Amino acid sequence: MIRIKNLCKDFGENRVLNNVTTDVKKGEVVVVIGPSGSGKSTFLRCMNLLEMPTAGEIIFEGQNITDPQSDINSIRTKLGMVFQQFNLFPHKTVVENIMISPVMVKKVSKEQAYTKAISLLNMVDLLSKENAYPASLSGGQQQRIAIARALAMEPDVMLFDEPTSALDPEMVGEVLNVMKQLANDGMTMVIVTHEMGFAREVGDRILFMDQGQILEEGIPHELFNHPQNARTRDFLSKIL
Amino acid sequence: MDFSFAGNYMPMFLNGIKLTLIISVISLVLATVVGVLVYFLKTSRWSIGRIYPLRIISFAFIEIMRGTPVLLQILVAYVLVSMIPSSSDLPSNMVAMIASIAAISLNSSVYIAEIVRAGIQSVARGQMEAARSLGMTHIMAMQEIIMPQAIKNILPAIGNEFVAVIKGSSMAYVLGIAELTFSAKVVQGATYKGLEPLLISAMFYLVLTFSLGRMIGWAERRMRASDSH
Repeated sequence: MIRIKNLCKDFGENRVLNNVTTDVKKGEVVVVIGPSGSGKSTFLRCMNLLEMPTAGEIIFEGQNITDPQSDINSIRTKLGMVFQQFNLFPHKTVVENIMISPVMVKKVSKEQAYTKAISLLNMVDLLSKENAYPASLSGGQQQRIAIARALAMEPDVMLFDEPTSALDPEMVGEVLNVMKQLANDGMTMVIVTHEMGFAREVGDRILFMDQGQILEEGIPHELFNHPQNARTRDFLSKIL
Repeated sequence: MDFSFAGNYMPMFLNGIKLTLIISVISLVLATVVGVLVYFLKTSRWSIGRIYPLRIISFAFIEIMRGTPVLLQILVAYVLVSMIPSSSDLPSNMVAMIASIAAISLNSSVYIAEIVRAGIQSVARGQMEAARSLGMTHIMAMQEIIMPQAIKNILPAIGNEFVAVIKGSSMAYVLGIAELTFSAKVVQGATYKGLEPLLISAMFYLVLTFSLGRMIGWAERRMRASDSH
């Protein structure tokens, strides 16, 4: 579904991604782990072109999205993104946050967008917050709304950039549960996270990144229990 | 102090208020429009090689308007407007009005451009990213997500600028426009009273600026609705 070939990203002199190559298959849950500054967030942000790759190709559903001719906006509607800081629109209510993009970008009717929004709110168990403003919600609630907002565009892939890193520990579970449910429903997901238990349980494949490269990848059981790379072993021994 | 003349000269003051309001309101609208335009010029990405012509133009404009006195700008504007061939068909006080409004609004626009810039930058970067990640175009994101939040942030500063424009409109008096300050001068001459006519004008200015301040405050409170829990 997504084929990434020799992806490189420079910030000035600094090479943040160095020849990253991997595939994401339909329905697969890929979890990216690694130390801070390893380039995993940049890698994720390149996938919907929030960062423009310096070199390399990203082929999404048969289309090279790094081609300057490609229609970035229509590609992004198929790649939902969830941010560490939620980034809900503070001047809009919860239901408006969810409806705005389908109505504006996809030209869905308001009634249809509303019906969809309500079913998504139901899914993330926040039906009662329909008319609340984001500022009145807890971090965990905001992040669940952010997931619903991304899902409202009916994306083919969901990208999660450290979705639980800004949350109080007691709220991590409610967000992970929503993500787990999504994974069980067959959503294709790429998740950058530090939640190793979650990665092990939900991930189909784990990528370990350091210094802009994928040093090791494999199914969770293999990678967590028998890491081959010395750097992976070192990283896992420090956090597990 | 003796204000017994006030009743007789009230029509003069009221006419002054009318002209002050006309200059101020038109200048405010123009200043806001031009200010937003200057902001877009200042941040334009259009370049020829490594040179950004629109940025250079806006830079020069901003520095000139900010670095020279408004009074001088009004006098220059009067000469420039008088040089337009068809301006001789207009009554001379009309030329003076156009010149005053042009100078005051252009001067104010550079401050408004700066206020707009600060307001837009005050909106968290993640807001634009979130909007774009949902497939919105840059323009949609600006309209629906960034600007509404920026306006809330810039309202207090815009309010100050609006008050400054009302006060600045008094400088139109050098072109002989019978606005509020000019009215005071005329009444001074007619009544041989020094202080009282000035105080009456001052009071009217206060009424105008104070009510504007209240209106801005009301708008701010309305926009803050989404911050409350």
